[in-house]
Amino acid sequence: MDIDSGTVDYVARLARLALSDEEREQMRAELSDILEHAGRIRALDLDGVEPTSHPVRLLNVARPDEVRPSLSQEEALACAPAAENGRFKVPRIIEEA
Amino acid sequence: MTAGSGPPSGDGLVWRTATELARLLASGELSSVELTGALIERSDAVDPGINAYLHRTDELALEAAGAADARRSRGEAASPFDGVPVAYKDIFVTRGVPTTCGSKILEGWVPPYDATVVERCHGAGLPMLGKTNLDQFAMGSSTENSGFFPSRNPWDTGRVPGGSSGGSAAAVAAGAVPWAWGTDTGGSVRQPGGLCGLVGAKPTYGRISRYGMIAFASSLDQASPLTRSVEDAAALMAIAAGHDPCDSTSIPSPAENYLDGIDGGIEGLRFGIIKEFTGEGSQPGVRARVDDAYTRLEKLGGTLQEVSMPSFQHGIPAYYLIAPAEASSNLARFDGVRYGSRVAGDTNIVTMNSMTRDEGFGAEVKRRIMIGTYALSAGFYDAYYGKAQRVRTLIIQDLRRAYESVDLIVCPTSPTTAFKLGERTDDPLAMYLSDVYTVPFNLSGNPAVSVPCGLSSDDGLPVGLQIVAKTLDEKTMFRAAYAFEKDLGFAGSPEGRPRL
Repeated sequence: MDIDSGTVDYVARLARLALSDEEREQMRAELSDILEHAGRIRALDLDGVEPTSHPVRLLNVARPDEVRPSLSQEEALACAPAAENGRFKVPRIIEEA
Repeated sequence: MTAGSGPPSGDGLVWRTATELARLLASGELSSVELTGALIERSDAVDPGINAYLHRTDELALEAAGAADARRSRGEAASPFDGVPVAYKDIFVTRGVPTTCGSKILEGWVPPYDATVVERCHGAGLPMLGKTNLDQFAMGSSTENSGFFPSRNPWDTGRVPGGSSGGSAAAVAAGAVPWAWGTDTGGSVRQPGGLCGLVGAKPTYGRISRYGMIAFASSLDQASPLTRSVEDAAALMAIAAGHDPCDSTSIPSPAENYLDGIDGGIEGLRFGIIKEFTGEGSQPGVRARVDDAYTRLEKLGGTLQEVSMPSFQHGIPAYYLIAPAEASSNLARFDGVRYGSRVAGDTNIVTMNSMTRDEGFGAEVKRRIMIGTYALSAGFYDAYYGKAQRVRTLIIQDLRRAYESVDLIVCPTSPTTAFKLGERTDDPLAMYLSDVYTVPFNLSGNPAVSVPCGLSSDDGLPVGLQIVAKTLDEKTMFRAAYAFEKDLGFAGSPEGRPRL
């Protein structure tokens, strides 16, 4: 299993990781090794086997839709890296054209 | 740190089990303030050598101990364990007390609420001594992936305590706290338990609430006690177990009293030995101790039979696709917006997110996020993640079939004893492969306990025996572990504790 550097860049972008050049090269080698091992199960014929996403089958767990006490706005914002006017403050999201 | 024969004088107290301490507190021979003070003193003496704690809460503990003593003097003990201190892996959020999950990305974060496990232990009157070290985000088997420092094994400080709950294991093994909480996603409590000569007990998936436990792999994570006796493990698990509406995967039935009938013995119990676990790759000293353990189970009236688990050979590949896939999704929340650190805040949002995450996460966390993102990405989902989920079904089916003819399954906890610091850090795959005996039971959700089975003749380090029960059959698991522990006589003996 060989992961090329283009794939590393693509996955890093999806994962929002600004990897350094050194990290990218190391990641390429390590991912190739690990996926080589893990990818062995690709060859198994598992048609007709249901996938399991969870060991306990609980369905539609819900509670009554009632208003309950929760964290105050102040508490929720207390550890934010930046906050303003009772909101989380983030850098520019929409780039200029 | 002093080497010598047996514990230093005056600290007999610190080697008592939580159950013994609870009796001393109940009889009035001991106060929680005295006990907590002795444990703080012990931590001062040993922690510089083992680095078990990320954050100690001595003052809070003494305050809680005073309150526990006051309750006892009024005859209003909150529980049989009121006043027995505990420590938490720093993955459990604690209101007003810093919680880092072992990562720089959360340095300085002070959670506004308590995890359900913490809340229930507070309710039972257990003073909190501190937050223990871990591989960051619980990803690792040695604590060497901690963003701060590695912890060390009290049996040999040149070796790892195991991981990811290595800080909790080191603290309990060193006599710094009678019991502690860890979490087990792929063996992260059973393996450090085994490597530090302790009991590490994972309940059935869904038995203990995950609310307030920082998520690594949500379909695998379970809070799990690390203790110096089977009885303590059953007792601590019982304090936290049971339905919690705050966790939608919490099993909606009441928990059993795991201490009830724990001394019933194992006469007539049928133990399955896994045919595919041939011992290949295991140290001879580990195999010898585990084989001795099987013989002991027979001597105690159990019967042994071989069970076949053909799917288990795919356990590691399935685990190392499913766990990273879930992690890549869970760790998306660390984006420099709501909590934790932020880097490049004056750029645009994507740059800020990506720089914050690159700087805040350690190498192993990034590696797993990358594997998981790859396994879930368009075009690869069915080939990797989908395949792994089907292997998971096979593992569950194999176990279900085996439990038609046996009551419990036994195998080693880990193929080796504690390894040296730095020995495996350059080879992530080798580190992953050492989880071979533990990950199948996270994929299946079965309860599993590691119980000490003596010291390896190779290196004099502890070896763990793993006992795995049917879903929600913790009681049989604890009953067998208890009988084994009592007959072996290792726990609680001078041989069973490190010369720290």
